[in-house]
Amino acid sequence: MSLNVVMFYLLSATILLFALLTVTSRRILRAAVYLLFVLIGTAGLYFLLDYQFLAAVQLAIYAGGIVILIIFSILLTSHISHRFKRPTLPQVLMGGSVALAGSALVLYVLMNHSFLPAEVKGEVTSMTEIGTQLMSTGKNGFVLPFELISILLLAAMVVAIIIAKKENQNIGKS
Amino acid sequence: MIQGIPIYHFLVVSTLMFFIGICGFIIRHNLITMLMSVELILNSVNINFVVFNRYLFPDQLQGHFFTLFIVGIAAAEVSVAIALIINIYRRFNHIEVEKVSQLRF
Repeated sequence: MSLNVVMFYLLSATILLFALLTVTSRRILRAAVYLLFVLIGTAGLYFLLDYQFLAAVQLAIYAGGIVILIIFSILLTSHISHRFKRPTLPQVLMGGSVALAGSALVLYVLMNHSFLPAEVKGEVTSMTEIGTQLMSTGKNGFVLPFELISILLLAAMVVAIIIAKKENQNIGKS
Repeated sequence: MIQGIPIYHFLVVSTLMFFIGICGFIIRHNLITMLMSVELILNSVNINFVVFNRYLFPDQLQGHFFTLFIVGIAAAEVSVAIALIINIYRRFNHIEVEKVSQLRF
């Protein structure tokens, strides 16, 4: 058993364990920290698959940016010592049965499908290749979605500022 | 691809993660924890894209770029959602979904 295989099972176990803890923890700040571990484990899987750039993006944006944003909003909106009520039995039954039925269906379909293995051998993707494809307008070029997502991010930033801005007249009077 | 690990094992991990996210989305009542469940779902889809790219089409980069764009869209989604949550907290003083029954008053 090579080190890669051991590492894969270790990472998968961590991811699944912390994902379960994320949705069941009764303290909200702990749930956010468990989510951070799930995202770091996913970055580890990307490293295993030899996509170093993607793993770096995952660490920087998800683990660095999104989790910090979520923790900030938790600190702004709820008490640290607050604990959630236990979910009621019908809800647990409904959520659990939906998850069980869905995963059983998907796993059944997956296991009965035979994937065609690749003929070519994959090698480590170079940074030059990623940059060239991201910026090319020809075949396999991704310049249009790249530009679109820059506009989307700008719009999201403006919208977030406008929505979260205090309306000073109304708040002051009431 | 990794020697000794079939593609199915990756897909099982991402499937289980997806449905853990769905389950959390159903049983949670707090807006922020629901947002965290959505993050789990997006993340599991990302794993699927990357694994299909690496195992089935290792000479191309489409899955890689899709994952990159999903990460960017997730960042935009989280920033707008958190702005909305903070606005809801200002009006109602809590962020429990079941008690927020009006959009405007």
